[in-house]
Amino acid sequence: MAVSEHNHNHNGSATLRKQDFASGQETRWCPGCGDYAVLSAIQEFLPELGVPPERIAFITGIGCAGRSAYYLNTYGVHGIHGRAPAFATGLAVARPDLSVWALGGDGDMLSIGGNHLIHAMRRNMPIKILVLNNQIYGLTKGQTSPTSEVGKVTKSTPYGSEDTPFNPVALALGAGASFVARSVDRDRRHVIQMLRAAAEHPGAALVEIYQNCPIFNDEAYAVLTDKDTKDDHQIRLEHGHPIRFGTEGERGVSMRSDGSLAIVDVSDVGEEGLLLHDAHQEDPSRAFALAQLAHGVSDPTPIGVFRDVQHPVHGESSHEELASAHENAGPAELETLLRSGATWTVG
Amino acid sequence: MTRTVDTDRIVIRIAGDSGDGMQLAGGRFTDATAVFGNDLATAPDYPAEVRAPAGTIRGVSAFQIHFASRDIATPGDRADVLVAMNPAALRSNVGSLESGSTIVVNEDAFNTRNLAKAGYDTNPLDDGSLAEFRVHRLPMTSMTIRATEGIEGVSSRDGARAKNLFALGVLSWMFGRPTDVTQDWIEKKFAGHEPIRRANVAAFLAGYNFGETTELLDIQYHVGPAALPPGTYRNVDGTTALSLGLVAASVRSRLPLLFASYPITPASELLHQLARMRSFGVRVIQAEDEIAAANMALGAAFGGHLGVTATSGPGMDLKAETIGLAVALELPMVIVDVQRAGPSTGMPTKPESSDLLMALYGRHGEAPLPVIAASTPARCFDAALEACRLAIDYRTPVILLSDAFLANSSEPWQIPDVDDLPEIDPRQQEPPADGEEFLPYSRDAKLARPWAIPGTPGLAHRIGGLEKEHGSGNISYDGHNHAHMTELRAQKIRRIADDIPPLEVDGQEGAELLVLGWGSSYGPIRAGVRRVRQAGGKVAYAHLTHLCPLPPNTGEVLRAYQRVLVPEANTGQLLHVLRAEYLIDAEGFHKLEGEPMLAAEIEREILARV
Repeated sequence: MAVSEHNHNHNGSATLRKQDFASGQETRWCPGCGDYAVLSAIQEFLPELGVPPERIAFITGIGCAGRSAYYLNTYGVHGIHGRAPAFATGLAVARPDLSVWALGGDGDMLSIGGNHLIHAMRRNMPIKILVLNNQIYGLTKGQTSPTSEVGKVTKSTPYGSEDTPFNPVALALGAGASFVARSVDRDRRHVIQMLRAAAEHPGAALVEIYQNCPIFNDEAYAVLTDKDTKDDHQIRLEHGHPIRFGTEGERGVSMRSDGSLAIVDVSDVGEEGLLLHDAHQEDPSRAFALAQLAHGVSDPTPIGVFRDVQHPVHGESSHEELASAHENAGPAELETLLRSGATWTVG
Repeated sequence: MTRTVDTDRIVIRIAGDSGDGMQLAGGRFTDATAVFGNDLATAPDYPAEVRAPAGTIRGVSAFQIHFASRDIATPGDRADVLVAMNPAALRSNVGSLESGSTIVVNEDAFNTRNLAKAGYDTNPLDDGSLAEFRVHRLPMTSMTIRATEGIEGVSSRDGARAKNLFALGVLSWMFGRPTDVTQDWIEKKFAGHEPIRRANVAAFLAGYNFGETTELLDIQYHVGPAALPPGTYRNVDGTTALSLGLVAASVRSRLPLLFASYPITPASELLHQLARMRSFGVRVIQAEDEIAAANMALGAAFGGHLGVTATSGPGMDLKAETIGLAVALELPMVIVDVQRAGPSTGMPTKPESSDLLMALYGRHGEAPLPVIAASTPARCFDAALEACRLAIDYRTPVILLSDAFLANSSEPWQIPDVDDLPEIDPRQQEPPADGEEFLPYSRDAKLARPWAIPGTPGLAHRIGGLEKEHGSGNISYDGHNHAHMTELRAQKIRRIADDIPPLEVDGQEGAELLVLGWGSSYGPIRAGVRRVRQAGGKVAYAHLTHLCPLPPNTGEVLRAYQRVLVPEANTGQLLHVLRAEYLIDAEGFHKLEGEPMLAAEIEREILARV
């Protein structure tokens, strides 16, 4: 695949197109896999990032989604299971000049790699983390995942899964994430919008993308994506707007007197009775309540940016000092360091 | 009348409760001894618990120093002089003393309660059980309180806490140490804390003057300066030398150092030391776990930095998968393993050299990598520099083995000239000429692949843990390619043998026995060999720093001797490798007691074979 890495204008983006971000390696996902849609959305979004391919790095773990690293014409590492956020942390600390992305599935990011995910959030590392959630283990051929619903029958849970699933958005908020969003693979425009918002956010940004697995968990999100049902199930969160949904915008979210959230008919509460979405609110409790609004994908489910607040970014206060310290530390400084402390001379 | 005894070497052990400041007193005595010009070696011995119950055997903290007017190799097998600050310290150390040794006790601490805590039914100072020793009873606590009386802001309780400085003063007099080194240190350390500063100076000088003016201590030792090779020296422990080596590698390669680590005994001190190296641009991350630490170091290496992680045995278990990824990615990375007694949590503060086979083979699949082991505290500097050199030159993870003994022991280090240190050329890949295809898994004469770092136009590439096609680096499941790549990865590491010094033998005409060691057994082996030779025995010895690949002449050296003895602080791991690799009938000596090997043990093992 030809790569237009030359002739960039000053922001490096003018000549780049979607195909410039395709590596040319043959994609090897199952036909109909949601990973194709997400990959395509990423490739479509990257030109507008305004960063040349050589300054972008995608770090992935193990799982079907992890293969994405091979298909993007950027620097990429397909590392080990669950560790993409940690690898990306090392890269981002060393190279704050890069745009660093970590990508993985629900098993990769929330099960084996859960510890790294929460700590990347806690540290507010300058990394964009994409969690492709299909609620199943695909690459290992169909076991329960940490986001599978209770009662889910899989190869490893023939009598139904017993365990309560993680809610990735709530988990990230609990870990102190400064940016959390959710999207759906089949809504390309929305995925791109979320990627853009994540990229513009300084610091760690987690985007959960509901992704269909046509083989082991087909149509898990059908009500959110089917033409006939999506309007009644997608609750679009838009900063500064009242939260309402439905074909005619006839339903919405309001807050009860005890602070909990409820889905209401707009005709019952009036426009002024709806909750105004404020993604910039420092207190995460409302974002957390929104994250908990749906108790399963058959319930109306909020998508969009839950939280987008400004927190100090790891390394931003020390990077320049350290970079120039390294530049200036030569043989003379080393000599002084080696000879520090109590020394004595013989002969 | 005070007698002065001239001796060429002496071993002192200072023991007390872990809250008594024994390590501090030992460290100060060491600095004064170094400045005085003796050769020396030290070893701390402290409990794993942060605050074990006061006054108990379990809570005893000790510091041993061996110093001499000639060159020495170990912190000494047995103490000639024991300072015991309480009954527990006496009880836990008296067993290792030779008859006729000197014991100095803090008499004030030998009360009924402390005696009971130490398990004494009767006071050993009075019951005659110490008759074979020269015992000096000094009321150190009360004399320290008296010396610090009247200092504004110092209660008698505060004053009593300075009794370690009183003991240090006594020792400084007994062994003719310069006092200004210690006084300067106190001045600097407690500047701005006037009452503490004054109390410590007063206690130190009181101890010194006590020795000089009373006749309770009737003996003074004279150990003259050693004839060390000319140069500037400082005293370093293995941790300090290792961290300096890593910083030196960063300066010599011009690569910024990123150190990611998770706290674990006895490696945490490396994390602490490097965290203070900001003036060299060192980036330090305390990771959320061992696996993360390894991945962060590797991520930094992908970004073109010198990525280093450090841990001990349990952490090595966790890092294994990431080290395997580094083998597949063929990126430079250094993994420091400060070994401790295992398995599992084992004995975290006690040394053992039992991770060798894990370092060599402890990964799934065929995942060869260079393994280097430091042999003395000061040589941790060279070992760190060498590990970085090989990692960068050959684009490979390198495991650097230290251990709990090397990390905490100290010895004089002849500070090298920076210009004499090897220069390391990272050879990072330049942007390609127009139209030139970049092959991430092409190889140079060393079989090293290009290190193409993000930010370089035209080199964007994807690599991962999946098997790669030779040259292009694209995913490949082709069997022949896999066999070829496996061989290339192995050959790259094997060829390093041509780039390292040959195994040097300290031989002796007519010797039929070779003692071959690795790691921290170097000191005791050297001292044990010397004893045998002094007694007229014939024996040769050699020491391995490179454990993989082994120096190219290793087989030849081994076959030149009728018998080969391999002392190890494990059940025979190097022995296993040598027997498999060279088909020789080498014999092992194994010590797994959580203590460094003793020169006497090596001497005994040699004498049993010559």
